Amino acid sequence: MKTFLAFVLKEFQHVWRDKRSLFILIAMPVMLMFIFGFALSNEVKNSNIAILCPKPDEEVLSLIEKIDQSKYFTINKMMHNPNEIENYFKQNKGKMVIVFENDFADKLQHDKLANVQLIGDATDPNTATTMIGYAQGIIADYQKSLLGETNLPYAIQVETRMLYNPQLLSAYNFVPGVMALILTLLGTMMTSVSIVKEKEFGSMELLLVSPVKPIMVIFSKALPYALLCFIDVLIILLMARYVLDMPIRGNIFLLLAMSVLFIFTTLSLGLLISNSVDQQQVAMFISLVGLMMPSLIFSGFMFPIENMPKPMQIISNIVPTKWYFEILKSVMVKGLGFSYIWKHTLILVGMTAFFTLVAVRKFKIRLS
Amino acid sequence: MSKEAIIKTQNLTKSFGAFTAVDKISFEAMPGEIFGFLGANGAGKTTAMKMLSGLLKPSSGTASVVGFDVFKQSEMIKKNIGYMSQKFSLYDDLTVEENIAFFGGIYGLRGDVLKLAQMELLERLQLMDQSKKLVASLPLGWKQKLSFSVAMIHKPRLVFLDEPTGGVDPITRRQFWEMIYEAAENGVTIFVTTHYMDEAEYCSRVSIMVDGKIAAMDTPRALKEQFGAKNMDEVFYTLARGAKRGE
Repeated sequence: MKTFLAFVLKEFQHVWRDKRSLFILIAMPVMLMFIFGFALSNEVKNSNIAILCPKPDEEVLSLIEKIDQSKYFTINKMMHNPNEIENYFKQNKGKMVIVFENDFADKLQHDKLANVQLIGDATDPNTATTMIGYAQGIIADYQKSLLGETNLPYAIQVETRMLYNPQLLSAYNFVPGVMALILTLLGTMMTSVSIVKEKEFGSMELLLVSPVKPIMVIFSKALPYALLCFIDVLIILLMARYVLDMPIRGNIFLLLAMSVLFIFTTLSLGLLISNSVDQQQVAMFISLVGLMMPSLIFSGFMFPIENMPKPMQIISNIVPTKWYFEILKSVMVKGLGFSYIWKHTLILVGMTAFFTLVAVRKFKIRLS
Repeated sequence: MSKEAIIKTQNLTKSFGAFTAVDKISFEAMPGEIFGFLGANGAGKTTAMKMLSGLLKPSSGTASVVGFDVFKQSEMIKKNIGYMSQKFSLYDDLTVEENIAFFGGIYGLRGDVLKLAQMELLERLQLMDQSKKLVASLPLGWKQKLSFSVAMIHKPRLVFLDEPTGGVDPITRRQFWEMIYEAAENGVTIFVTTHYMDEAEYCSRVSIMVDGKIAAMDTPRALKEQFGAKNMDEVFYTLARGAKRGE
């Protein structure tokens, strides 16, 4: 046991000496949180739009005012000629143009029918769809206020409620996502690289002829990174709570316990990789391409799994990150307890046990 | 110091499937002896050394190292031997002191015993004022000396040196061998592999492996007489030329 401590101490010294990597390990989650939180938002907020209306009348003006006042849109151009539309989009001045037909008010009053056209820049289809949706909502609202107290023969009132995330904040999705991805990357890559490094330098040989149990050598290497991963979890949670104002609904201890479990999963994967390869570059490559890419695609963070073709949905089940991401969303955002995530937990425990077993087996085969 | 053999093997064999890497080698190494273990690449040197250091289970034969059986007591063997290789000596990103503490620690030294061993070592190598420096900043020769001393920190009766002097200039190599002699005089058995034939001349006894077998084993002088050679280089060449296995 005391020899084990000598090892652990040495590993911490390694990590501590390598200030650059240490900085990256701590700064990466902070940076990602800022990037996703403030720069990479897919929420539509104060998007620039233009209005095309040859002769604005009273009705048009009051509708425009409503649109401009909404938090979604800012009108940055008033056009009078349809030719201007093309240039507006080409110069990327805004993402949507609202076209009012001539004599809008007149038609509305007398013909009881007036036309509005919404033109969106669909180079980014998601944003375009969202913006059109918001604009339609505002116009429908305006129409309703025009009707006033008039009784319609029939009316279907639609009432929407967005559960768990009424303000539609993207933080509810990306905080669990960033957490899951960071742990996947750090846990796996750092452990595998640090072990393979010993092989490359030839020090592994020396450690193996020492009286220390080989398994201890391997586990002591994973320990500092387990601790660093846990610090990253705390950093992300604190930033989510105090910088992005995202409430953490579920039990914080359950959340931390699940994170520790997932850290073990990634470390065991790191061990597996390090026992299969002999070069640092290969270890890094496998961690990045073989693990990071599938995690990005199949975790459900970037692309909804339900929309994927069946075979891909099945594949997604073997990606550990997916299960952790779902646990995080359930506990953090929905505030659910353990009874809702025990299946996920069991799967992660099973995966961890499997990876560790294979890693240890592989390690023993190498020795004989 | 007892006069019992430190290493004693009888028909020690290791095969991987149909391939016999080490084929029935038998030899003894005595306390205070510098036993040179020579052979071309692929002759089975590394495999033999792995078996003797408790890393690899032999397929057949018997062997005892520092009084322990290689089949059943490999853990005890590991505790009582030292090991140094040129491929890796010390961790560059740790200080001199931390390296000594780590290697002392894995051989079970701690507390005051470790402190004392550390002081003694630093003093003997005159590295006192360098103890807080990173090993990366030391010249290669110093690293090698430090590494040899670290391999001996738990005072083992047997030290394995796996090509210890690769890439070192002749003067440093000479100084390094002086350290080896000093250790041998104190009764430590040195088991050394090398590709430098001038170093083979320094050994008390040399064995030359060809195709997994020990083709010749004697003092350097006797070997030269036996093969009518001017130096060990010729002896080695005569023997290794007949090898069937390549790299």
